[in-house]
Amino acid sequence: MRKGLLYLLLCVSGITVFFPILYAFSVSFMTSEDILRRSLVPTNPTLQNYVDVFASVPIGHYLLNSFIVATITTFGMLCVSALAAFVFAFVPFKGRGGVFILVISTLLIPWEATMIPNFLTIQSLGWMNHYLALTVPFFALAFGIFLLRQHFKTVPQELYEAAQVEGLSTFQILYKVVIPYAKTSFVTLGIFGFLTTWNMYLWPLLVTTNDSVRTVQIGLRRLQADEVATNWGMVMAGVVLVILPTLILLMVGQKQLQKGLTKGAIK
Amino acid sequence: MADAIKKHGVKTSISRWERSKNYRIAIIYLLPSFLLFGLFMFYPMINSLFLSFFFTDAQGEATTFVGFENYTYLFQSDSFRQSVKATLLFVLYTVPTSVIVSLFLALIANEKLRGIGFFRTVFASTLGMSVAASAIIWLFMFHPTAGILNAFLTAINLPAVSWLQDSTMALISVALTTVWMNSGFAFLILLGGLQNIDDHLYESARIDGASYFYQLRKITVPMLSPTLFFIMTITFINSFQSFGQVDILTGGGPAEATNLIIYSIYREAFVYYQFGPASAQVIVLFIAVLVLTLLQFKFGERKVHYQ
Repeated sequence: MRKGLLYLLLCVSGITVFFPILYAFSVSFMTSEDILRRSLVPTNPTLQNYVDVFASVPIGHYLLNSFIVATITTFGMLCVSALAAFVFAFVPFKGRGGVFILVISTLLIPWEATMIPNFLTIQSLGWMNHYLALTVPFFALAFGIFLLRQHFKTVPQELYEAAQVEGLSTFQILYKVVIPYAKTSFVTLGIFGFLTTWNMYLWPLLVTTNDSVRTVQIGLRRLQADEVATNWGMVMAGVVLVILPTLILLMVGQKQLQKGLTKGAIK
Repeated sequence: MADAIKKHGVKTSISRWERSKNYRIAIIYLLPSFLLFGLFMFYPMINSLFLSFFFTDAQGEATTFVGFENYTYLFQSDSFRQSVKATLLFVLYTVPTSVIVSLFLALIANEKLRGIGFFRTVFASTLGMSVAASAIIWLFMFHPTAGILNAFLTAINLPAVSWLQDSTMALISVALTTVWMNSGFAFLILLGGLQNIDDHLYESARIDGASYFYQLRKITVPMLSPTLFFIMTITFINSFQSFGQVDILTGGGPAEATNLIIYSIYREAFVYYQFGPASAQVIVLFIAVLVLTLLQFKFGERKVHYQ
């Protein structure tokens, strides 16, 4: 009885939550007649929308740009955060607590509050329409430093001391002992970083003005703005191409992400 | 003897070198973070404040010092007042709804049932959805004639709704899209929180014959309160920062009904090139978020039960 009710609730909620995504997939295979008739499923499934989307915008190029940007940002974020987190977990010095609070205080600065001067900085550095503008500003991340520090602190003191006795340098300890030990937190932060960078919208809109480094999210907006009255099937094919990589990443890494984020959110 | 002195000398110089070792490591390892925080966080924050007291040219160079004129201009501007009103309403629509919806999803997904992993993945799926993709899907579903939502309403004999064309409905529609987009992340965090609650608490409650809702009220919500509090704060900050869904769904319209603060800042700065007034809005936004977050911590914290 209780079980049945639960399954009913789960199914209804699942369909409600997942409907927009399923529907986007469905529409992407529809002919324009199906779309006009407001069908739920394509009566005559076609791949034409996908052919059209590749023909009308350089979507492959946008996808590649997004991959490059998301990969570089994730890697940069992991490196910069790991170095800082190592200090906050293992290297005691006077005033460390204060410095750590300074890092955490950046969480109170909404990124949007800095976007105007950042835009001007990027302009004066000559980074407009360059991968640098899309990646470097996001390397330092208080959340990343915090998350890794929480995990680094779980490294057993004996392991750390043994590494010191072995005569490993500090940097060797970081990448031969600490990083392998806290590997899960790196995977979590990596998935999180990739998802957020891939999905970034406002910043790429500001700092890219042509197709050379434009990311797929901005390409999607362009596609929608150009095509809105004419071809929804093609727009949805574009949407599907954009969400597929992150949905797959999420499905593969969901357990991992949940474990890691929970540990970061709740002490 | 000479050897001993030499040794001794070397030893002291090593030890001074050694003593400062931690500082040197700290400086080198923290340097990348602090350079980046400085260039892209602290400096722009100060620069925003600075720009808010100036008129600027189209390149964003400060030209004339105008004191608080940008601020007085803001508070007299109908557009800004409308934007504050829209933002507050939007927060009111999205924050409680997001928390309740994702708590519900987390509760039903926390049961030990066969196939529950599948439902968890489904509920978390919006975390993988970008703002642009989500907004475009909903734009299509909201479409007055081609949209599936109105088709559904017509099918159950309800009148069609002009989702994005009516100024009251437009804000609700943007909020609906936002709640959907937020639900994945909030769900995942809340589910994690639920799984951290000790099973023994429920076992003894069950032995005492406590009902599901009694357990929910007396065990789950109190034990989950730190996580709920975290989610509330995050959702709250997120809704202040909503941009993409406004840009794609409504462009701030109709009649500025969805001109949320970030969108208003974007328009002022990057469409009209009014960096001064835009920066003044940034500072107002920053102070508002800061004060509300601190208030939330002050009052929320009291009700929060930590293990």
